Amino acid sequence: MLDMKIRAQMAGDVTDIKALLTHPMENGKRKDMKTGQIVPLHFIQTMTVSVAGKTAIDAQLSAAVSKNPYFAFKVKGAKAGDKVVLNWVDNKGEKSTGEATVA
Amino acid sequence: MNQLRRTILKGSGATSAIAVAVAAGLLKPSELLAAEWNKAAFETKTAADTLNAIGAGAAVDSKDIVIKMPELAETAVTVPVEVTSKIAGTESIMLVVEKNPNPLVLDMAFANGAEPYFSGRIKMMETSRVKAIVRAGGKFYSAFKDVKVTIGGCG
Repeated sequence: MLDMKIRAQMAGDVTDIKALLTHPMENGKRKDMKTGQIVPLHFIQTMTVSVAGKTAIDAQLSAAVSKNPYFAFKVKGAKAGDKVVLNWVDNKGEKSTGEATVA
Repeated sequence: MNQLRRTILKGSGATSAIAVAVAAGLLKPSELLAAEWNKAAFETKTAADTLNAIGAGAAVDSKDIVIKMPELAETAVTVPVEVTSKIAGTESIMLVVEKNPNPLVLDMAFANGAEPYFSGRIKMMETSRVKAIVRAGGKFYSAFKDVKVTIGGCG
């Protein structure tokens, strides 16, 4: 499990979801300065955000998303106490899950 | 997941193949997303090929898509981007950086109360036109913004 920060804050009828993921998002072109070797492609391919058990965001990503990806979304109809769950899977099959409660 | 357009785009053939794989215990439902990553579109190398691969070759220009990006990107490896669609029935937003080696950056589908909006950070290889493509009601709409980059972020 890699570290992830996720927050869900209600503002009126819209809930702002902000997530900061930990991932190198290597595009397969960068050279390691120490070894001179190309760092292999390593990036998050799919990410979902669900609110109260329902998928709200279903994303497909490329290696052109910045390292340690940051995303913000807006979801209507969420209630205080609803659980927000973010899941991602990368091109090596590594996964991570993060959770927050709507406040 | 069924109401999301990805399943529709893939066609019933792909969907039933996945259903069979699930039934046979080859795939756990939680692994379905990874299996659906649109490799063909993400590996395209020109903006025209990308648009064709996502089916948006005939996208119509729209003023109802708002792209917020800096005109001059100070750090090419973390260029902030924010896209909002005011088009009714928006199902998904795709982001295409025309001059990147692989122009398709991301594809986000919205459902269950999610507003057609996202904010994030992306890498840009060089000065480029950035296109946001919106799919709504089976049709494609697009808007663009030109962003200047002084030092590339993909090398």
